[in-house]
Amino acid sequence: MKQLKSLHKRESLLAESNKQLEILSDGLFKSGELPTFKEKISEINRFPLKPKQLEILQINLGYMCNQVCEHCHVDAGPDRKEIMTKETMLQCLKIIKTTGAHTLDLTGGAPEMNPNFRWFVEKASKVGIKDFIVRSNLTIIRANKKYHDLPDFFKKYNVHVISSMPHWTRGKTDKQRGSGVFDQSISALKSLNAIGYGMPNSNLKLDLVYNPSGAFLPSNQASMEKDFKRALKEDFNIHFHNLFAITNLPISRFLDYLIASDNYEDYMYALVEAYNPEAVANVMCTNTISVSWDGWLYDCDFNQMLDLKVASKVQHINDYNETLLQNRHIIVSQHCYGCTAGAGSSCQGTLA
Amino acid sequence: MSKTYYEPSDLRKFGKITEWSEELGTKFFDYYNSVFEEGALTSREKSLIALAVSHTEKCPYCIDAYSKDGLQRGITKEEMMEAVHVGSAIKSGAVLVHGVQMMNKVNKLDG
Repeated sequence: MKQLKSLHKRESLLAESNKQLEILSDGLFKSGELPTFKEKISEINRFPLKPKQLEILQINLGYMCNQVCEHCHVDAGPDRKEIMTKETMLQCLKIIKTTGAHTLDLTGGAPEMNPNFRWFVEKASKVGIKDFIVRSNLTIIRANKKYHDLPDFFKKYNVHVISSMPHWTRGKTDKQRGSGVFDQSISALKSLNAIGYGMPNSNLKLDLVYNPSGAFLPSNQASMEKDFKRALKEDFNIHFHNLFAITNLPISRFLDYLIASDNYEDYMYALVEAYNPEAVANVMCTNTISVSWDGWLYDCDFNQMLDLKVASKVQHINDYNETLLQNRHIIVSQHCYGCTAGAGSSCQGTLA
Repeated sequence: MSKTYYEPSDLRKFGKITEWSEELGTKFFDYYNSVFEEGALTSREKSLIALAVSHTEKCPYCIDAYSKDGLQRGITKEEMMEAVHVGSAIKSGAVLVHGVQMMNKVNKLDG
C-alpha cells in the first residue's frame, strides 16, 4: 500500500489551518477576480448563514488512519496520534442521549482504530438513534486480523456503513488511495455483502462515497451510481445501496495537491462557476454539528480541519447546549464553494 | 494583449461571447446545452463523441474541456484514448479514401 506522510508529519506549511485560510482568502478572491463565498451568498440574502433543525451529530474519533489518501481533508494517516479518549467519549454519550439529531455519524481517520471504538459503538447503539453511521474506509477490515470481524460487529449493532470508493477500476482507486487499496476494498465489500450488507432489499445499509481522483468536480450522482453498480456487479458481483458523490474541498492535502499540480486557480474557478444557489439552503453545516477528537464543536468536518470553532458561547462538549448552538451564525470561507458546486455536496451526497 | 493565439484561461471567457451579440450567443448556448442532455444517446456517450471531434477539429479548448468532462463522468483513460483513435481513424480514412480518386484519374489518363 502507498505510504505517504501526513502534512503534519512533513511539517508542511499547509498543515497549519491559518495558512490554508490565508491562501483561500488571497489571490483571486483578494483581487476581486472571483467573489468571496460571503459575497456570493449575500446576493441571495443567506448571509449570515444560520442553522436549521439539527439532524446529524458527526463525531470524529481521531485522525489516525491506516491509509494516506492523496485528497484527504483530515490529513489523516498512521502518523497522526490525535485519538478521542474514553473520557471524551463519555461526554459524547451524554449529548447523544439528549440530542434532537436523528443521525449519529462516526468518522475519522479510521474510527475503528480508536482502541475504544467497539465500546463506544455498543454504548451509543443503545441510545436509540435512528440512523447510526460508521464511515469505514473498507481496507481497515482487511488490514489486520483484529479487524476481520468488523462486518459482524457492524451487523450486531445495526450500523449503517458508508465507505469510500473513488472508482470501479483498480488504477484510479489506487492512484488516489494508495496501491493495493482497490483489491482490499473489493475483498472487504465481498465480506460485507456475504452477511447481507448492501444486498437488494437488505436492511443492513451499505453506501459508497465517490469523490474525484483529481482536480475536477463530480458528475451527476445518479448516473455515477448507475455506472458503479453496473461495473461492480459485472466485475465482482458486488452490491451496494446508494452512491454519494462528494466534491473535494480545497483544504489540507487536496489543497496541497491543487497548488503542487498548478490546478488551484482553475479549480477555484470551476467551483465558483458551478455555484448553485439552490444548494445553499441545504448545506450540511445547517443541520450538522461536528465534534472533534478532543471535544471541540464545529459547523462541519471541514471547519473542524480549518480549526474554525463554532461562533457560539458553547464551543466544547463539556458545555454542550443545543438550544444555544442553534442560535449561532455559521462560519464560512471560500472552501464552502465546494459544498455549493453543481448539485451541491455533503457527507450524505448531493443537495439540490 | 496575449502573445499567443491560444490562451488556456480564455476558455473561462467563452460565455462572454454573448455580450457582443446576446441573441445569437444565447441561441448558441441553449442549442449547445440541449445537444448534451441525455437523449437517445447518454451524456457519457456524447462526451466521448465530443472528445473525438475535439481532436479531429484540433480545438485545444475543446480537448481541455472534454478531457475534464470525461474524468468527471468517470470515463477511463482507456475509453478516452479509444475515442481519440476513432477520430484519428476517420480523419486518416478521409485522406486515404481520396486515393481512389487518384487511382481513377491515373487509370483514365494512363490505363
